[in-house]
Amino acid sequence: MEQEDRVIDPQWTEVIEPRSGLFKIDVYEIWRYRDLLVMLVRRDFVTYFKQTVLGPVWFFVTPIFTTIIYVIVFGNIANISTDGIPQIAFYLCGVTLWNYFSTCLNDTATVFSKNATMLGKVYFPRLIMPLSIVVSKLMQFGVQFLLFIAVVIYFWLQGLVRPNLWILASPLLIVLMAAFSLGLGMIFSSLTVKYRDMVQLLTFGVQLFMYATPVIYPVSTLPERYKPLLMANPLTAIFEAFKYAYLGAGEFSPGMLVYSSCVVCVIFMLGVLIFNKVEKNFADTI
Amino acid sequence: MKNISLEVENVSKQYRLGEVGTGTLSHDLNRFWARLRGKEDPFLKIGETNDRSVKGNSDYVWALNDINFQIEQGDAVGIIGRNGAGKSTLLKLLSKVTSPTTGNIKVKGRIASLLEVGTGFHPEMTGRENIFLNGAILGMTKKEIKRKFDEIVDFSGVERYIDTPVKRYSSGMYVRLAFAVAAHLESEILIVDEVLAVGDAEFQKKCLGKMNTVSQGEGRTVLFVSHNMVAVKELCTKGILMRNGTIDYKGLTIDTIHEYQKDAATNARYIHEGSPESAYGNRNIRILEFAAIPASGQDLNIESGIAVKLRFYNYTPNIALDTTFELRTVDETVVFHVGAFIKDKQNLKIGEYTVEFVIPANILNAGNYYFKLFFGKDQTELLLGADNLIGFEVENVKMGIKTHVYPGIIRPKFDYKINVS
Repeated sequence: MEQEDRVIDPQWTEVIEPRSGLFKIDVYEIWRYRDLLVMLVRRDFVTYFKQTVLGPVWFFVTPIFTTIIYVIVFGNIANISTDGIPQIAFYLCGVTLWNYFSTCLNDTATVFSKNATMLGKVYFPRLIMPLSIVVSKLMQFGVQFLLFIAVVIYFWLQGLVRPNLWILASPLLIVLMAAFSLGLGMIFSSLTVKYRDMVQLLTFGVQLFMYATPVIYPVSTLPERYKPLLMANPLTAIFEAFKYAYLGAGEFSPGMLVYSSCVVCVIFMLGVLIFNKVEKNFADTI
Repeated sequence: MKNISLEVENVSKQYRLGEVGTGTLSHDLNRFWARLRGKEDPFLKIGETNDRSVKGNSDYVWALNDINFQIEQGDAVGIIGRNGAGKSTLLKLLSKVTSPTTGNIKVKGRIASLLEVGTGFHPEMTGRENIFLNGAILGMTKKEIKRKFDEIVDFSGVERYIDTPVKRYSSGMYVRLAFAVAAHLESEILIVDEVLAVGDAEFQKKCLGKMNTVSQGEGRTVLFVSHNMVAVKELCTKGILMRNGTIDYKGLTIDTIHEYQKDAATNARYIHEGSPESAYGNRNIRILEFAAIPASGQDLNIESGIAVKLRFYNYTPNIALDTTFELRTVDETVVFHVGAFIKDKQNLKIGEYTVEFVIPANILNAGNYYFKLFFGKDQTELLLGADNLIGFEVENVKMGIKTHVYPGIIRPKFDYKINVS
């Protein structure tokens, strides 16, 4: 009888099994949970300002003050060249981009240990959590980017910067940056679940990584022998492309961007791979 | 034809004991090497059955071992068992929080699991915002939540506070709101883990009622884990009894509960140790003898009364000592909690003491009971607490021609006066 039942009745909608494919991302499932993504992004946004007096103004305070400090320290004390670009525009560009990348990476890397209780109680596609961070930081980035645009327009009217058509590539650049931080974030978050050492590594790693990225200096100031090293960093091309597009300065070629895209792809795939491997048993090891 | 909505096949789950982190890397490498050569995971073999009271040799343990069962659509199944029997692990697997080590689970329809209410509630957000967030976490779409929003608020009974951050809520309101969201999930299979242990009596009743509607009225499948036998009895039609990671019994709820109660109470009505050194206890008190025997006759039943005897050795001089006996039913209801002064002045001597008393006949109803024991110093400090050392079953006696057990914890016999006028 039992056997017969099984033949008649095989229309299972879901089978829970020990291990899944390495590169399998259930896109449909993530799509089904899109409302959760929206809610999480909203949560980040709303709770950020609860019980603050200045509210959204804080979005502007960080980049403005960081830029001012950079102008004083790197621009006027250390006298680092900005390729003839007004210092404010130059540093603001770097700060805005770097803020996005570093906050994304830092937050995604610890997202699972921070939300351990939730993960231990409810199932939802785990990828939603790092995704929500990347998206909510993107909104923050968007707001800060407006500030940057305003500054660019101001200097453009004075003829000090030369924006060009590469501006149209901005969405691609942002996607690349998001994918890179998501990929790296997934790798780190998967590892931090088991090996907490990664958190320590990341905290100072991100700080040091900023100096390996043209945030506070243009590529042109670098001695020739260090350039290949800097170029190996996929963020270099993205940052330089941004600066070239909006400020009209910097060493940039489409070839570099292709290289960046490839590296980002590899990192992203690697992130997915590692993430898939540990995802199913997160709850046991957190 | 049976309409199976859930099938669990050969499911096992292995956990690693001790601290995760020590030796993790080397074990991971070992596993990786074994898989490269196409061999079985070397650590899967060495698991032991999960009995938390026995110290094992291996660092790995099977929290679930080869579980098989099927659940038909529309069934309400109660999963019962002692702490650590694997109930929660099973629910975690079913709700995909973690994955099985071996075996598979086949599901028809959407599973909604309520392992905890209020998961993901953000204290800074208002009740309204949290309904949407929590609903989304539990797998509802925004549209679904919107449609059910009024119903949820109504069920929770916190309408007035709906635009206040939940951090200002009382814990009762918090839980009410959380359960209300969860109770309105649309799914074919609902998994519930003891969430009823929250809220006040009125709300608990409401929750039970809601779950009843879900299973009986709407024909959805419900899996319910609880230690509350009353709730299980009320809600479930079938039961699964788990013990040490395996299924001990499957059947109708009432039979399963009976099986559990037999299993849960310590069968030992009597413990006796010759010397204090080998007896149960600590450096304050050692229990030499603890027994519950019929006060009259051979059988321990409703009419026999129960003679309780406790003999122990006291190691602390010059204290006032009291012992407290707490009798509980197997579903943890306290029947009584009474103390006896061994010495009420602080001049007790080291040595052996005996306490004896009788629980009179016609007080306890038929059922299984067990004792908790506390030794107190000067009525302020606990010297020794002992749980479940002895337990006993009070057998039923006929009442007229009826032989079944009547409900209630006590079954007193009254001196009726019958007047015919």
